[in-house]
Amino acid sequence: MTIRVLFFAYLRERCGAERRLELPEGASVGEALGRLREQYPVLADASLRVALNRVYVDNADPLHDNDELALIPPVSGGSPSAGTEKPTPCT
Amino acid sequence: MYVITSDPIDLAAVMADVAHPGAGGLALFVGTTRDENDGRRVERLEYEAYDDMAASEMAAIGAEIRRRWPVLGVAMVHRIGVVPVEEASVAIAVAAPHREEAFAACRYGIDTLKAQVPIWKKEHYADGTRWIGACQAQHEHAAQRDEGRG
Repeated sequence: MTIRVLFFAYLRERCGAERRLELPEGASVGEALGRLREQYPVLADASLRVALNRVYVDNADPLHDNDELALIPPVSGGSPSAGTEKPTPCT
Repeated sequence: MYVITSDPIDLAAVMADVAHPGAGGLALFVGTTRDENDGRRVERLEYEAYDDMAASEMAAIGAEIRRRWPVLGVAMVHRIGVVPVEEASVAIAVAAPHREEAFAACRYGIDTLKAQVPIWKKEHYADGTRWIGACQAQHEHAAQRDEGRG
């Protein structure tokens, strides 16, 4: 199967805005991320959320042909406050 | 309305969108671009969105607000592209029967938007740029580091 992969913000500047990725049938989000990390070292230490067809998902979710997988770097944030996620610190 | 736009935000239109005869109050939060961050002078800000998802995530936050508070109207607008200093980059309006729920819902709306709506901010300084939110060490002077790392 083939999926579309979208990159945003600093990842877009490093990886390009969009690409296609061939995967075996039944591959998961996590497997797709593994393939991408092999090809883009910048992803290895990136703090990411992943959206599948415009909905946040987990690595275990299955992929299907023509899916749209978006790699979401930490969003613009602003001052953290109670109940909101804080940016992942650098390692 | 849940809108991503590259045009200046029309605050009167945002307020008009939530106006309701049963409302006793309307809370409006407007996020504006600041000329300084972490001691560096910001010349301009640039926003990028995953447009389709950003609009649907804002609508989902609006639906959650309606579940939590007896509000009469919710509107969210985020501007993308270059936003000059002092101008509005985001606006959230909530109309409710009483001010307590209007303030609470509006606060929840902006806090949640900033945590989960896929919109990114790039600060432009006299001597460089920086994506906010991403780990600074990962992308500042990224090109040079990449060359060094191979």
